[in-house]
Amino acid sequence: MANPHLPEPRLDLRLIADLVDRGSRVLDVGCGDGALLAFLNGARGVDGRGIEISQAGVNECVARGLSVIQGDADTDLAEYPDDSFDYVILSQTLQATREPKRVLEHLLRIGRRAIVSFPNFGHWRVRMSLLFKGRMPVTENLPYSWYDTPNIHFCTIRDFVATTREIDAKVERAVALDAAGKPIPLNAPWAFWNIFGEQAVFLLRR
Amino acid sequence: MTFERDKDQAADLQRQREIDHPSSAVALFGTDEPLHLDAGTAIAPWQIAYQTYGTLNADKSNAILLCHALTGDQHAANVHPVTGKPGWWTTLVGPGRPVDTDRFFVICANVLGGCMGTTGPASLNPQTGRVYGLDLPVVTIADMVRSQAMLVDRLGIDTLFAVVGGSMGGMQVLQWAASRPERVFAAVPIATGARHSSQNIAFHEVGRQAIMADPDWRSGRYLDAGTRPSKGLSVARMAAHITYMSEQALHRKFGRNLQDRPTLTFGFDADFQIESYLRHQGLSFVDRFDANSYLYVTRAMDYFDLSADHDGVLARAFQGTKTRFCVVSFTSDWLFPTRESRIVVHALNAVAANVSFVEVETDRGHDSFLLDEPELFRTVRGFLSGAARARGIAPPGGSD
Repeated sequence: MANPHLPEPRLDLRLIADLVDRGSRVLDVGCGDGALLAFLNGARGVDGRGIEISQAGVNECVARGLSVIQGDADTDLAEYPDDSFDYVILSQTLQATREPKRVLEHLLRIGRRAIVSFPNFGHWRVRMSLLFKGRMPVTENLPYSWYDTPNIHFCTIRDFVATTREIDAKVERAVALDAAGKPIPLNAPWAFWNIFGEQAVFLLRR
Repeated sequence: MTFERDKDQAADLQRQREIDHPSSAVALFGTDEPLHLDAGTAIAPWQIAYQTYGTLNADKSNAILLCHALTGDQHAANVHPVTGKPGWWTTLVGPGRPVDTDRFFVICANVLGGCMGTTGPASLNPQTGRVYGLDLPVVTIADMVRSQAMLVDRLGIDTLFAVVGGSMGGMQVLQWAASRPERVFAAVPIATGARHSSQNIAFHEVGRQAIMADPDWRSGRYLDAGTRPSKGLSVARMAAHITYMSEQALHRKFGRNLQDRPTLTFGFDADFQIESYLRHQGLSFVDRFDANSYLYVTRAMDYFDLSADHDGVLARAFQGTKTRFCVVSFTSDWLFPTRESRIVVHALNAVAANVSFVEVETDRGHDSFLLDEPELFRTVRGFLSGAARARGIAPPGGSD
């Protein structure tokens, strides 16, 4: 039932969709206007649900026929029972949560697997901005000034990998995307990813 | 003024006729099909009056049941036989509207305890040959749903595509989903909650006391006595009407503006526009509603507490549900504030139900669900279209 009128989603969303088995149950936390959910519902035939904090985003999703509730990842994930989804997705939202570690734990409790994508604060351009300009970076992917950003908990790819160990999560797959949105070769070392990856996508399991 | 009085009398006669002989369709249930009530008794014979819009499809999969609010009735999308005004949900229901009668078969029934053709306290009691009055057992939201289910059976419909309603109608939606989940494919409870709050019960009690304090109420036997507790009912409506609006909306509409006068009169006339507006609301309500019915339907709402039937755990009311839910609240609704909707959403999440939740930003209060609210329309249209796709109901004209 793919809708031919739907535009192809961003590369990082397609990457996420490739990690999801057909027909599975998916919860997208911070689903925005529902672009990923609509793509998953259509192209991957999943039973998709969403949580979104912005009312405008929720209303847009529901008007598109998606099952989305208005809610906050920091407080509302506790409402979901264990094992209620095959995948819980957190796309470009981790850095905006108040308690990212707790949120990650909830993801792995609610879903058998978690898919997390986030902007890499270890990217060379971020490092350069701090090193040479002495200013918080403002890039295409991180377009906010320090005082009005919703992003309060940045991490680097290395930080994230360390956190997965702390919460006993296994990294089943990981992909880093360069500035052009192209995947970095899998055989590159973490350090390389951490410098040249502008964003990262992780598939985690318990 | 003679003309005015004649008009009132004509409206009154029409209203009286609608109680037992409605101008809409009516399903009659004989002594062999009693309606069992939560109060522990049953009534028989009994009847339920309803309207339908649109066409039932061949596999009977496109039926939507609309549930009306406290003082609404079955005339959702047609001209009202007593008031001559458009139906109460013509904003939402009709050809091409969010509840699209070109696509769906829409049913709306007058609630049990009402006064527009469904058995209620103003109906003739077949046992005694006079009107029920307070001899009718107190009815509940579950009783209303039970009567609607018997109507849906009578219409030969097994599973409703959707049950949609606001306020007391939303309570019926939740009750349908909780007690007959296999018969409800999708549910849209709007501006409602899983229980009536203490504050809401308090407002209803004020209304009931106003009616019962009216000397014309005559212990509920006013129809026999040829009187009507119009003053009490009017005050009840005035008090309730305030709860349907928000403070901002009242302020914007009326402020402290004076009614047809340049200065205060230093008396108790309706100096302020808001007073005059409320008096008008109260008086016009009396023309179309029965005072005892008001006692019954407010009581039904007061008794509603879905979690009470499930050991106080609301989630258990929805255990294993396959129904798709779309819960809607309004930011300025203080009768059923958003937190009441969130309680329902959390309970549905706890059983991993398929649920959408939209809070519509508006300053028009509880009654927003009856008004021109584009976000509400977009939500209902989108949700029903998505659910219709999942149910395989063809869109009108073959495109979605």
